[in-house]
Amino acid sequence: MLAIKITKKQEFSIWNSCFLFLAALAVSLGISAVLLMMHGKSPLEGVGLLFKGAFGSPWAMEESLVKAIPIFLCSLGVATTFRLQIWNIGAEGQFALGAVGATWLALLYPDLPAFLLLPLMFLISLAAGGVWGFIPAVLKIRLRANEIIVTLMLNYIGILFLEYLVYGPWKDPVSFGFPMTTQFSAGAIVGTIGDTKINWGIVLCLAFGLFVWIMLRYSRVGYELKASGENVKAARYAGLPYDRLVLSVMIFSGALAGCAGFLEVSANLNRLQPSIIVGYGYTAIVVAWLARLNPLFIGVASFLLAGLKVGVENIQLELQVPAAFGGIMEGLILLTVLAGGFFTQYDIAIGRKG
Amino acid sequence: MSPDILVPLLAAAVQSGTPILYATLGEIVTEKAGVLNLGVEGIMMMGALGGFLFSMYTGSPTMGFVAGGLFGALIAGIHGLVCLVFQGNQVVSGLALTILGSNLANYLGTPHVGHSAPGFGLLPVPYLSKIPILGRVFFMHDMLVYVSYFIPLLVWIFLRYTRWGLGLRAVGENPEAGSAAGLGVMAHRWAGVLAGGFLGGLGGAYLSLAYTHLWTNGLTAGRGWIAVALVIFAFWRPGRAVLGAYLFGGVMAFQLRLQATGTNLPSSLLLMLPYALTVVVLVLSSWKAKGGDAPAVLGVNFEPSE
Repeated sequence: MLAIKITKKQEFSIWNSCFLFLAALAVSLGISAVLLMMHGKSPLEGVGLLFKGAFGSPWAMEESLVKAIPIFLCSLGVATTFRLQIWNIGAEGQFALGAVGATWLALLYPDLPAFLLLPLMFLISLAAGGVWGFIPAVLKIRLRANEIIVTLMLNYIGILFLEYLVYGPWKDPVSFGFPMTTQFSAGAIVGTIGDTKINWGIVLCLAFGLFVWIMLRYSRVGYELKASGENVKAARYAGLPYDRLVLSVMIFSGALAGCAGFLEVSANLNRLQPSIIVGYGYTAIVVAWLARLNPLFIGVASFLLAGLKVGVENIQLELQVPAAFGGIMEGLILLTVLAGGFFTQYDIAIGRKG
Repeated sequence: MSPDILVPLLAAAVQSGTPILYATLGEIVTEKAGVLNLGVEGIMMMGALGGFLFSMYTGSPTMGFVAGGLFGALIAGIHGLVCLVFQGNQVVSGLALTILGSNLANYLGTPHVGHSAPGFGLLPVPYLSKIPILGRVFFMHDMLVYVSYFIPLLVWIFLRYTRWGLGLRAVGENPEAGSAAGLGVMAHRWAGVLAGGFLGGLGGAYLSLAYTHLWTNGLTAGRGWIAVALVIFAFWRPGRAVLGAYLFGGVMAFQLRLQATGTNLPSSLLLMLPYALTVVVLVLSSWKAKGGDAPAVLGVNFEPSE
């Protein structure tokens, strides 16, 4: 009789992970192609349109990079909490709050010059997102409330709050009933680099990415994060400030998502409207996991998944496929990578029993 | 409040609470086996879609309801595959399942948005519905509400008195000991995952077949997550799940009624109520009880031995 012997691998190889990612992508593309066929569309054409739309032209690459900025910021934050085995699922709501905070200042002081208004908007978006991360953190450490559920509920509440504002007090009186604020003044708009559509927020991404990388690698906090993430009980026993760490990473993560919200309203839409909520916060979770929580890989994975979003928009336009197609692919990629992780952790040998 | 308002409100609470009740009981069964499945939202969406499509094509709402359960079990099966077979992280797998299930249901359902399917109508129970107040609150509903009255009892008996139920709880408390005693850890966990998915799917099918009778994308609107939170509120006990589900049903019904009567409060703020209440209820129950009947190894994979 054949027997399958499974043993834990001794070392971890980066090539294995890359191969795994590609395999997972292939499986997800395969299943998505079947879905396209069920809709009576040509799967080959669909996959072609996907790649062409995402990376097929300089214009497409630019578009993908623009979308990669908010995904990167949200993902960098949630990945930091995941290191501590704290599950911040709330980037979506923290993003919404950051956008609301920045918009508030933009509407309040439209006459301020950019060099004053933009830093203020940036800071308040950090604070607003940070508060939305602080609440679940405090409830977690003081009252043991599960952070997954609290952050998720705060997503719903944050987005509804945003909707309340743009449908109500902040609605542009001349918007013909559309839920949106008035357009921001010139001083409230983050500019784009040269002739491209890419905004200066990408510099913030680099700065935050570098900061996290250095912090994880060289600082005491980085060491404490790693130690506590591996074993909470042991870390507490060793006197590591676990509660303080939870609080810091949650506020940090919320602030980053808030900053993403600020950039989105200021640079890309120039106003607040409900359509800024497109699921970046959830994509960020997929990205963080694909990138094994590593800041550099998060950059790469953000670009890839942003490309997926842009490519799916292309399929949507050309083949009239429902928008949910992109979400299906995200879910499939994440599930296949999770399942495939097995092959990077275990050796499997098939031999004869006995 | 006068009885004219209160009694219909309580009746609406039972109706709105029913889908959450199915899903909460399902998640209790899954978690009792030691498996955390955060994919309830996706499972409910697929159950709602499966129920709707089958009812539309077969013309039988009963077939649709059962199909909804099977769709839920099928989607939960993906979680089983990823976590039980391939040892994937249960938290992330559950999230991925929500992303996949919700989007897949919206994708497959988009051509049918606004269409209706044969569903379950009002079916007052003879004699019982004539009881003052209680009759109106509990026995003037559709068939699926009456079915849901039996499920908490069945789940309770299953977990407490049947061999499979005891085994399922054992592998949620101490899989190593269970395994040493000759229990099939994986078989019991699979049973927990699939049964939980089936019940979650039924909850979803309730929404499309009895609550709305027509398809809209994003039909569940966070009810799956509320169910996950209610498991903690219920301390993993079926009886308390009933209480929690009707509490939330009540808030949802209350919120809808306020909107319908044309209050000055904006609907976005009213819609926050159930989500805010979820946080409050979660905080209170986490703080009061040290775990309740929480299974000891919830969310931890059982590694294949050498």
